Amino acid sequence: METDRPDPDELLDRTISQEQRQGQGKLKIFFGAAPGVGKTYAMLAAARTRQFETDLVVGVVETHGRQETEVLLEGLTILPRRCVAYRGRELWEFDLEAALARRPTLIIVDELAHTNAPGAKHHKRWQDIQELLEAGISVYTTVNVQHLESLNDVIRQITGILVRETLPDSFLDRADEIELIDLPPEELLERLREGKVYLPEQAERAKEHFFRKGNLIALRELALRRTAEQVDEQMESYRRQEGVHALWPAAERILVCVGANPRSVRLIRTARRMAAGLRAEWIAAHVEAPSHVRPSAEDLQLLTEHMRLAASLGAETVTLTGRRASEEILNYARRRNVSKIIVGKPTHPRWKDKLLGSPLDEIVRGSGDIEVFVVTGDDSSEPRSRPNHKPGAAKFNKREWAWTLGTVAACTALGVLLRPYFDRTDLAMLYLFGIVAVSARTSRWPAFAATLLSVAAFDFFFVPPFFTFAVADIGFVLTFGVMFFVAHLITRLTLQIRDQAEVARKREQNTAALYALTRKLSRERKKEGILHIAARQISEVFASRVMVLVLDKTGELVEQETGAGTYPLDQKEKSVAQWVCDNRHYAGLGTETLSGTKALYLPLVATSGAIGVVGVRPEEADRRFDLGEIYFLESFVNQTAMAVERVLLAKEAHEERLRAETQHVRNAFLSSISHDLRTPLAVVAGAASTLLERDTSLDNSGRRELLQTIHEEASRLERVIRNVLALTRLESGSLTVRKEWQQLEEIIGVVLNRFTDRLKAYPLSLHIPDDLPLVAFDTLLLEQVLTNLVENVLRHTPAGTAVDITAGLGKNTILVEVADRGPGIPENEEKAIFSKFMRGTRTRSGAGIGLSICRAIVEAHGGSIWAENREGGGATFKFLLPIEGTPPPLPFEEAET
Amino acid sequence: MKEHPTTVLLIEDERQMRRFLRVALQSEGYNAIEAETAATGLSEAALRNPDIVLLDLGLPDMDGLEVIARLREWSSVPVIVITARDQEGDKIKALDGGADDYLTKPFGAGELLARMRVSLRHAALKGQDQREAVFKADNLTIDFLKRLVFLGGEEIHLTPIEYRLLTVLARNAGKVMTHRQILKEVWGPPYVEQTHYLRVFMNQLRKKIEPDAARPCFLLNEPGVGYRFQTPREG
Repeated sequence: METDRPDPDELLDRTISQEQRQGQGKLKIFFGAAPGVGKTYAMLAAARTRQFETDLVVGVVETHGRQETEVLLEGLTILPRRCVAYRGRELWEFDLEAALARRPTLIIVDELAHTNAPGAKHHKRWQDIQELLEAGISVYTTVNVQHLESLNDVIRQITGILVRETLPDSFLDRADEIELIDLPPEELLERLREGKVYLPEQAERAKEHFFRKGNLIALRELALRRTAEQVDEQMESYRRQEGVHALWPAAERILVCVGANPRSVRLIRTARRMAAGLRAEWIAAHVEAPSHVRPSAEDLQLLTEHMRLAASLGAETVTLTGRRASEEILNYARRRNVSKIIVGKPTHPRWKDKLLGSPLDEIVRGSGDIEVFVVTGDDSSEPRSRPNHKPGAAKFNKREWAWTLGTVAACTALGVLLRPYFDRTDLAMLYLFGIVAVSARTSRWPAFAATLLSVAAFDFFFVPPFFTFAVADIGFVLTFGVMFFVAHLITRLTLQIRDQAEVARKREQNTAALYALTRKLSRERKKEGILHIAARQISEVFASRVMVLVLDKTGELVEQETGAGTYPLDQKEKSVAQWVCDNRHYAGLGTETLSGTKALYLPLVATSGAIGVVGVRPEEADRRFDLGEIYFLESFVNQTAMAVERVLLAKEAHEERLRAETQHVRNAFLSSISHDLRTPLAVVAGAASTLLERDTSLDNSGRRELLQTIHEEASRLERVIRNVLALTRLESGSLTVRKEWQQLEEIIGVVLNRFTDRLKAYPLSLHIPDDLPLVAFDTLLLEQVLTNLVENVLRHTPAGTAVDITAGLGKNTILVEVADRGPGIPENEEKAIFSKFMRGTRTRSGAGIGLSICRAIVEAHGGSIWAENREGGGATFKFLLPIEGTPPPLPFEEAET
Repeated sequence: MKEHPTTVLLIEDERQMRRFLRVALQSEGYNAIEAETAATGLSEAALRNPDIVLLDLGLPDMDGLEVIARLREWSSVPVIVITARDQEGDKIKALDGGADDYLTKPFGAGELLARMRVSLRHAALKGQDQREAVFKADNLTIDFLKRLVFLGGEEIHLTPIEYRLLTVLARNAGKVMTHRQILKEVWGPPYVEQTHYLRVFMNQLRKKIEPDAARPCFLLNEPGVGYRFQTPREG
């Protein structure tokens, strides 16, 4: 394989991991083979060297009464611990909140693998540390090799001790530095004897169990190897970063097949070790196929746990769907360029394979150039999962059993009735029919029981000697055998078909629900609306109460009204929601983080960061979401976040456009306004100074003309200022439309009166019907509209041309037209003339804002305004005003005098 | 008219405005007293007993409405307020608070003098407490005694409300009347908010007495403020 070119995936990963690490604290792990090697001592000693240069705080240190260690603590700032009452005992726990609030540069937190007391924010201490790191605080911590998740079963094999406090390997991998604290076993044992590790009686017990020399040697080897791997990895990563491309490894990918079977844990650990050894990425795949019986709740739980374990060990997890597991695995493996497949050694009897085909065999045969590793399934090595697996816990369903017994009884009764007419073997068919009926409606065990019962009943009632289980003719044994076998096969197939249908149905339901959500969200244009829809949909699909919290401008999470059934949010729930928002990771009910809450919280994450949190509380108080459901919920929440983001981006783009437009308009406004103000001013000033300075040389008519000019320009200036003021008010939004029931005619009259002198030169005709009703509008604003329209006519049309003003009643509207016989509107400018500061191209005089103010006012009244060219020349400006409601009634008018 | 020149108290803070008003007033033979602030204006009003007051509503030291109120405590001197446009609310308040008329800046000298003449005439009539029995404007005649209205010699039939509306405006001819004032006089105090009554009846009335209802020459609309019965063009 060509290896001199960096793998793009690799590059991407590197960029991502670097980005993620930005702003995070550094993690240094003091790693040891066994307790007592001196990790805590080494850690404190290392910390002390940095005591004066950094803000150092001791979060938790377990000295186990060792004096040399205690001495090292002197003079260091020690964070008070938090007291937790648990089962009548007081536990002194690390106080994460205090540490986060204190924000030191470096914090010392001993015993990385520690499990926190119930009720703590996180289940495990490593999760606390993770949060510290994410908060930008560097951490020194210690851990022993036996706590590593992937070595858990190996440790158990070596020492016979099951370590329950485990640490995901991925956490060790993310450490920036690992310091191995090594002590030869002899010296460790010596220290133990001297009482430096444990108190004497404890030490005695420890020596018998854990601290056997053989154990210690093995543990030391494991620790050394693990450290070597880590160092190797760091070297590799250094080389990659420095572009030492000759050493790019051929990309190995390992795929491990995971199921509900407890043995899968071992497979997962093996895969992890292999992946680490090969520096390969690895995938844990589960095939969701109803090839056997329907998975029980316990199986689902186990499967969820296994997938979670794999994920925590650094695997990519995937769920495949298909009828034939082997086919799906191989297809997926090819698609992803997997080089090694790890499968478990089959534990079921061989005849099953012969009969039903062996998935393992199929994988091995179909694997081609993919290597297949078959790993032993040693049940006893998997105690971890055992306690969770309660065999036979499948719910005892009375109805199913009643149905089973009833069907067999009915078959028997029918058989007895039909016995005189049919052959005995035909009667056996009846039972087969009954079994089909049972397996179509019940689960595995009742169906199996039906098979047994049927054979027994057949023997008892229909095989001589009757009413005994004895068999006279040995030939019947074959009949029974065939009958049992066929019946069992039928049961299996029927259940399988049903399960397939069930899986398909569920999947389809999920897809449909998600699709429905996406579709609904895509139509929504508002953030509130989106959250509303999402909350309702989640509430419906997951039978839960839903709480949506959004980040407000101040960074506070505030409850968003969604209309869906919500639930009260107490301080505890709120702090979890806050955590989820800060860490952008789900937590709460049914998860490993902060699981003490009543609801599950998922973050709404957009590209810009978290925008809120969705809380989901099941209606049934004791319901927990399994991993599948959480993933499904996550896709719901992600869809929602995407929709919200879409809306936010659209809004942002819109605002940006608006800003640019506003800027443009403002510039146009300034140039337009300065022109419109200066021109009349210049005329007034010029005329007045002429009158002042040249009074003697002016004759009467000249003087009069100048005075007339001053008068006209002053009133023009007044109109410009009036428009500018109106525009300013419109822009600032301080203009309020005060609607009153008015007579449109009156306003037209007012405006015409205002222009009496100037209108004399224009033949004006008014067309206003007598029965025009009252219309609600703002007198002053509408007066301005009409003033601007008439002024526009006067400015653009030559004297002597006809002007028509028409009002007409439409359906719930009143239409007003101001029409002239002037030059008309240049083509394609019909709309543009209403936009701000567009001046008709023909004339340079007059503010371009008049018509835009008309538009703003008419639109503020809920109407519309437009212009068009008239037939026969000229332009017409029309506006529509809506007639809303009916005017209040009039008083009764007395009879006429 | 009177023997002594009519005294006008001009309360206005803008110097240029005062100059223009003074020239205009003197050209008409009025005697102008100027006050720069509301306080001096009020004391001048008490000392000089003017025949009419021109009051700018935008004074720096006191609200114009307050000036009117104080003035009205002891004097019934006609007051014409001078306002800027877009202060329709203030205009109405001033008129309802006792001002006789208003002028909107910018205004011409002709307009100012016409308004003053009307106010002075009404003040004079009020003093005599005499009502004309017959009102005439152009070709419109109202016979208050017989309650008859003639247009160009022809009798016009009006409903009682229309008649009351016409007479209220005619008795205050030339003066602006606010919607409230008219409603109160015609329909009574409970109806002062029902401006739509006024619009409907005004429309009916116009159709009966105006040659062109859309371009009235008697019953003028003062947008946002009220109505004014236009007196025959003077001067």
